[in-house]
Amino acid sequence: MASSTRETGPFDARIPEAPLGEMWTTYKSTCKLVSPANKRNLDVIVIGTGLAGASAAATLGELGYNVKTFCFQDSPRRAHSIAAQGGINAAKNYQNDGDSVYRLFYETIKGGDYRAREANVHRLAEVSTSIIDQCVAQGVPFAREYGGMLDNRSFGGTQVQRTFYARGQTGQQLLLGAYSALSRQVASGRVTQYSRHELLDIVIVDGKARGIIARDLVSGAIERHSAHAVVLCSGGYGNVFFLSTNAMGSNVTAIWKAHKRGAWFGNPCFTQIHPTCIPVHGEHQSKLTLMSESLRNDGRIWVPKAKGDKRKPRDIPEAERDYYLERRYPAFGNLVPRDVASRAAKERCDAGYGVGSTAMAVYLDFADAIKRLGQADISAKYGNLFEMYEKISGENPYKTPMQIYPAIHYTMGGLWVSYELQTTVRGLFAAGEANFSDHGANRLGASALMQGLADGYFVLPYTLGNYLADDIRTGKIDTNLPEFAEAERAATERISQVMGIDGPTPVDKFHRELGKVMWDQCGMARNSAGLDKAISDIRGIREEFWKKARIPGDANELNVELEKALRIADFMELAELMCIDARHREESCGGHFREEFQTEEGEALRNDADFSYVAAWQYGGPDEKPVLHKEPLTFNNIKVQARSYK
Amino acid sequence: MSESTLNLTLKIWRQKNATDAGAFVTYKLDGVSTDSSFLEMLDLLNLQLIEQGEVPVAFDHDCREGICGACSMVINGRPHGPERGTTCQLHMRAFRNGDTIVIEPWRAKSFPVIKDLVVNRSSFDRIISAGGFVSVNTGAAQDANCIPVPKPDADEAFDAAACIGCGACVAACKNASAMLFVAAKVSHLAMLPQGRVEREARVLKMVAQMDEEGFGACSNTGACSAECPKNIGLQHIARLNREYQRASLLTGK
Repeated sequence: MASSTRETGPFDARIPEAPLGEMWTTYKSTCKLVSPANKRNLDVIVIGTGLAGASAAATLGELGYNVKTFCFQDSPRRAHSIAAQGGINAAKNYQNDGDSVYRLFYETIKGGDYRAREANVHRLAEVSTSIIDQCVAQGVPFAREYGGMLDNRSFGGTQVQRTFYARGQTGQQLLLGAYSALSRQVASGRVTQYSRHELLDIVIVDGKARGIIARDLVSGAIERHSAHAVVLCSGGYGNVFFLSTNAMGSNVTAIWKAHKRGAWFGNPCFTQIHPTCIPVHGEHQSKLTLMSESLRNDGRIWVPKAKGDKRKPRDIPEAERDYYLERRYPAFGNLVPRDVASRAAKERCDAGYGVGSTAMAVYLDFADAIKRLGQADISAKYGNLFEMYEKISGENPYKTPMQIYPAIHYTMGGLWVSYELQTTVRGLFAAGEANFSDHGANRLGASALMQGLADGYFVLPYTLGNYLADDIRTGKIDTNLPEFAEAERAATERISQVMGIDGPTPVDKFHRELGKVMWDQCGMARNSAGLDKAISDIRGIREEFWKKARIPGDANELNVELEKALRIADFMELAELMCIDARHREESCGGHFREEFQTEEGEALRNDADFSYVAAWQYGGPDEKPVLHKEPLTFNNIKVQARSYK
Repeated sequence: MSESTLNLTLKIWRQKNATDAGAFVTYKLDGVSTDSSFLEMLDLLNLQLIEQGEVPVAFDHDCREGICGACSMVINGRPHGPERGTTCQLHMRAFRNGDTIVIEPWRAKSFPVIKDLVVNRSSFDRIISAGGFVSVNTGAAQDANCIPVPKPDADEAFDAAACIGCGACVAACKNASAMLFVAAKVSHLAMLPQGRVEREARVLKMVAQMDEEGFGACSNTGACSAECPKNIGLQHIARLNREYQRASLLTGK
């Protein structure tokens, strides 16, 4: 039995009382249902149209609920899931290489450095196989072998080939599949789509999420929308670092507003640094570009053995190169998990072995693979990535090794949710990257797409039904309720406040400053003194922002600077919570590396005795300390050990 | 990555909103790094405009990795500028010091301007809603490997499915035709067994919606494909025409 410690109230993780492998089946067989006639009378709001949001909205529409979806982009098809490159994991074992649901479960827990909840991760592994079936049925053009069967490749942190892919554009193809399913529901009238809309607040009535306040980004109009439940699929908050692989518009606002309205925030400091990104080049750079982890299947990572070696990479003989991942981790080599690969690159660069104009880069070299497989083969696998690299860097990676460096990519933290993906606010659900649930302290490659679609296609349709079954007699939620008026007034006031600052400084400058503080003190390596400094620096930036920002134009028109200002204001509040969380977790685990806690060899030193829990933070009020709640993690089906990839 | 800087003259279409007449405004911008992207160049301009108390230039963009399809500018008369690829993947090393760069929004009746360089492309969403999907409910799928697909077919379907819905094809076409966009989706699903059940209804409905949105007719000039950042080929338009003819004959519509 997995649930030996159960808490009551909003913090109850509601894990089914059954053996691990039967929990989800048990849940599905015993949860409450809503009849088709009643579904027609129930409204659901879905925020975000990425993999989680589009798949949830499409499926809920198919089931017969009235669904409204919102995205800030001009079309749901542009949500940032589209940029995922490498692939999606599923325990199909089509390669007959020893994969199984248990192994995917085990590797996800281990990859997450034993900081994820067993029950959720096992369910994820179980439904992973259905995702592939669903996507293929929709016409997603996955890579195939000559016999017509689906092809697989390897990814970091695993020793089997379970990753399904569509060239280097897997996220695009999966999202277009979900978008097509969503579009079908829009045509049927079950889903109403609101593009160029941004959520400004969640409306809570009698302790339950009953609607949202949104801004039409074109007209600036403030709108009230009511529903029986609200689902947040608004993605991650990596843009708190300013430079990240996230899209420019990715933001924390939806989940931050939810947090301020009572939803607890799980493990906010768990961020993922992706090891293979194109290095930072200059002060006006706006974002970082990821090079898919799949490149590590064929690329070898190295730096010169001599410090400050300025020779061209091709002029450095084999014997004078340090393939440091292969040297340090012979069992997994270049395919160690992301956190391990990132830290190893930082270690080499900090020690003075970095390459390129800034010496903050390492080589990812395809010469051996091209020799072994031929350029045509490499081009078929990674052609679009090589092209993108050349566009950005001006260098041809078929001829000279790529230069790469780690960058902020994903946030494992997010709103705390129960097994049912419900936050601590009743009727408020969070799915995909917006919740904290499945990846612990580090996410394995090709698992974000899996989680987004698992939550949306296969989990929420059951758990939301279980919640809504109690709402069949409620009737339509009235947007004239005082709670809607209060939330609208708060949102309007926030806008006037921002528009009224009247300083000299463009808002991007505050964002860039905030990002630098976060990257330096709460990035790949953290320590208590740095985090303390970060917290005071962040407060300083926040103060300056509210005095000196300049937002030109009006609030009642398309106003990009206003959109940015509202998002940055939330990022500045979130940043402090991330640092508080990082400061309190006195251990190193996954992407959270505290310099005070490492082995003699520089590996992360976890502290299971004191920190084997989910840190769920409750909002304390403006300028008040957040309150920490701990959800203990118990591992009954897996042996907890020091993570080793040697 | 050898960096130098450029001094540029920019002529940018400024239009306050959908009803405003709009006009070109000229800006001087100095010290643009050749390593920066085209959009980073515009970021720099906007920073300066804001500091001068002016309203920055609005433009659509998001992923800046060439995949979301948001960015949409006609640069020196060409959708997405002088190189193959999206605006966000265009880098300033493609320009020379002293260049004058003319920047406009997509020009098409079916893509009305919202502000400056931002246009409304919701017509594309409505075309997909008309039939650009396989009608399969969640949970109704059989095992993925029960549907073998010959690799060449899967690859060809992928080539069509790579469309990012940016609308450059429409902007490039003298008739503002959306044939390449519609063809990409029809062709993607026509190549796969999953898509064949609904092939007649799909092509007829999508083409009808395309016409209703006011997109122009196709005269096989090929500018769409030449400017497509994802290399969607004209053979997909040929397949669309075949599918349409076949469906018309079979259904009598």
